[in-house]
Amino acid sequence: MILSVEGLAFNYPSRSVIKDIKFSISKGDFLAILGVNGAGKSTLLKCINRILKPHTGTVFIKGEEAFKLGRRELAKRIGYVAQRNESIRSTVFDAVLLGRKPYIQWEASREDLEIAQDALKSLGLTEYALRYLNELSGGEQQKVVIARALAQKPELLLLDEPTSSLDLKNQFEVAKIIKKVVKEQQIAAVVTMHDLNLAIRFADKFLLLKDGKIFAAGGIEVMTPENIESVYSVPVKIDKIEDVPVVIPV
Amino acid sequence: MKRERPIINTSNNTAMYHKYTAKKKVVISLLFLLIVIASLFAINAGSASLNLLQVIQAILGDGTDVSDIVIWQIRLPRVLAAIIAGAGLSVAGCVMQNNLRNPLASPSTLGVSNAAAFGANVAIIVFGAGSIHSAGADAVMINNPYLVTASAFIWAMAGTGIILLLARFRSFSPEAMVLAGVALSSLFSAGTILIQYFAQDVQVAAAVFWTFGDLGRATWNEVFILAGIVGFSFIYFMFRRWEYNALDSGEETAKSLGVHVENIRMGGMFIASLITAVSVSFLGIIGFIGLVGPQIMRRIIGEDHRYLIPASALAGSVLLLVSDTLARTMVAPVVLPVGAITSFFGAPLFLYLLARGYQKK
Repeated sequence: MILSVEGLAFNYPSRSVIKDIKFSISKGDFLAILGVNGAGKSTLLKCINRILKPHTGTVFIKGEEAFKLGRRELAKRIGYVAQRNESIRSTVFDAVLLGRKPYIQWEASREDLEIAQDALKSLGLTEYALRYLNELSGGEQQKVVIARALAQKPELLLLDEPTSSLDLKNQFEVAKIIKKVVKEQQIAAVVTMHDLNLAIRFADKFLLLKDGKIFAAGGIEVMTPENIESVYSVPVKIDKIEDVPVVIPV
Repeated sequence: MKRERPIINTSNNTAMYHKYTAKKKVVISLLFLLIVIASLFAINAGSASLNLLQVIQAILGDGTDVSDIVIWQIRLPRVLAAIIAGAGLSVAGCVMQNNLRNPLASPSTLGVSNAAAFGANVAIIVFGAGSIHSAGADAVMINNPYLVTASAFIWAMAGTGIILLLARFRSFSPEAMVLAGVALSSLFSAGTILIQYFAQDVQVAAAVFWTFGDLGRATWNEVFILAGIVGFSFIYFMFRRWEYNALDSGEETAKSLGVHVENIRMGGMFIASLITAVSVSFLGIIGFIGLVGPQIMRRIIGEDHRYLIPASALAGSVLLLVSDTLARTMVAPVVLPVGAITSFFGAPLFLYLLARGYQKK
């Protein structure tokens, strides 16, 4: 078990955002978190790595209580990609090397440079190393921040809508990369998504959030038209085209 | 066989990266060289005409009595004050711009300069620490410079303290801190105006002259204190350079990389304000260096704080040293206020860099 979340809840002063969140995932799992805007998907991700402080509940990373680890130790275990990223004027290599921040004492070691290099390679960015981040396309920038998260050598990846602002080609590329990394490096990924078809195609676990609570969670079997309709208030049909399940609003 | 390729590739890329960072180190070395040249020129320039040989002899402790006094008691402290204060203000601006995520931030964004000026006015006017004995710039006397300096420093730190405490306990965003700084600045300006309104002409003149930045106020005592504080701050900022880089990528990303964002920000702003408070209290208000020094270097050397922090410090030294030398020599024997010169020459230089944009890689 890489990640296990128990009884997580977070409120803003006037309203509760998520409550009673409980789930766990293992090595090699690609968990898609689905739900309407405002259902609490991003809040849930931020509570897992303590960017937001949950009011109750515990998170275990490989059996260790996450909230008892220091920020630095947590950063060695969890890589996070925010929904919006600053497009700063830094080289791609430097941006990825920043993922080694939790490990660097005074200066980046040769090992740090090599790990950054490997992360670039696994996302096909080797040739971009000395390009400036703010001169890249949205899809390329998204790959760079994922490479940075991988350079942290995490057990768990948290990705907040990594595909939402991308075109079809880049959506597929990024989703494929996440799946590949998760399987190859035997880590786990928790990914918030809006595109149900993309989720069904690449994720192997699903968590449907409704009004801050888990509506349904499990494998592909929870992705039923009934569940989807209850969560999104849109009636849908699920068909198969060449053996791939496809969600169609009706 | 197939494994060979990535290994070659990796070393190539790392080599390319080393080459890329080496360029930045060259820029830093050049700035360093520039300071040495500018210093020699600055020590050489002045109304007592000494040639370069006499200057070097005096520095090495081998000069005549006159050259010893001129160099050791007057010019050297002034030049060192310019180098140290310039470095301090510029590096403080660099950290402020990062911590507040605002390119307009400068060392006095939290209202430090106005608070210090208020403190100086209180000392000069309310406690009668200043007077004037004849016409002209040199005529203004600060009877009790220690009282003025202490009062300026105390008020500057009090202003910073209020903002940092508010920020800590009401969890202010960077924007709120900038706004709080604006509010506090105008509060202290208003206080200064009120005090000056009820003061005698002589006192107002002394107070106004105090606010003009003047490096001539620095004696060895001030130089040592400035050097200690700026040196300590520089080391502190260098220890935090990776954290500042992470902050550039956004607050959430920085947190996910293990950065204690609030603590880093509090520490950075406190130290940057401390440098400013000490510098303003000793030397008066020297504007623009803290804004433009780091901004110039951002355009030349990039946003990586590993290089940006030392480069900003050196650029600040060069700017202030050159400005002060110009201030002393342009219409000699009149010494112009250095604060005006820094803006007068810094602003066009900065506009030029802005217009040129990011074309250079």
